[in-house]
Amino acid sequence: MIRVQREDFDPCAEMDRLTGADRTIGAVCSFVGLVRDIAGDQSIGAMTLEHYPGMTERELERIEAEANRRWPLQGSLIIHRYGRMEPGERIVLVITASRHRKAAFESCEFLMDWLKTKAPFWKLEETPDGGQWVDAREADNAAAQRWADEPSTEKE
Amino acid sequence: MKILYFAWLRSKVGISEEDISPPGDVSDVGGVIEWLRQRGEGYEAAFADLSVVRAAVNQEYVGFDHPVSQGDEIALFPPVTGG
Repeated sequence: MIRVQREDFDPCAEMDRLTGADRTIGAVCSFVGLVRDIAGDQSIGAMTLEHYPGMTERELERIEAEANRRWPLQGSLIIHRYGRMEPGERIVLVITASRHRKAAFESCEFLMDWLKTKAPFWKLEETPDGGQWVDAREADNAAAQRWADEPSTEKE
Repeated sequence: MKILYFAWLRSKVGISEEDISPPGDVSDVGGVIEWLRQRGEGYEAAFADLSVVRAAVNQEYVGFDHPVSQGDEIALFPPVTGG
């Protein structure tokens, strides 16, 4: 399941909901991304996430489907926020559940790596010098590229 | 066709979306960008460096050689930075 929302989320409640009554689940992995108060050597007062309503949901659904194709998952969840957030606030949540830990660990990392390079979101940081759009990082592309060895169904 | 701009492309162009009717010889995304570029300073600044411009047609990522037609939703934006 995927959700794109302005509001905060509760990671523990989401995890409980995802695992539910499924007693075949033996492993759950989660990742929570937070707003930092510093970028490079500049202090960040807040961050605004812009997105492309419609396409963002489609891309997240596609990325989630790809994870479920590659790993035997009993459940998966992506929540990504948009709007203005202050340091310490949660931005993104990924949860994966599987019988054994390897699939949960790997798919959770895969989902974050692909999400960062494929989901249409853009970060605007509020710095003492004014608003600054964040540049895409080569390290994020390299992280996503690691997963390219697996056969992929996407059309790109 | 409808054009959407995001992030700093939106700031430079000055609007988030508009309806455009380029001439008939504009047949792909690259052609649309070339046509937009001649519409004023904001557009020229937005499309000065195409290595940092990405495109989607009808909410699918495409290259600049992707065909466009009436009724399409074209989005232009910088590389994504979510997560």
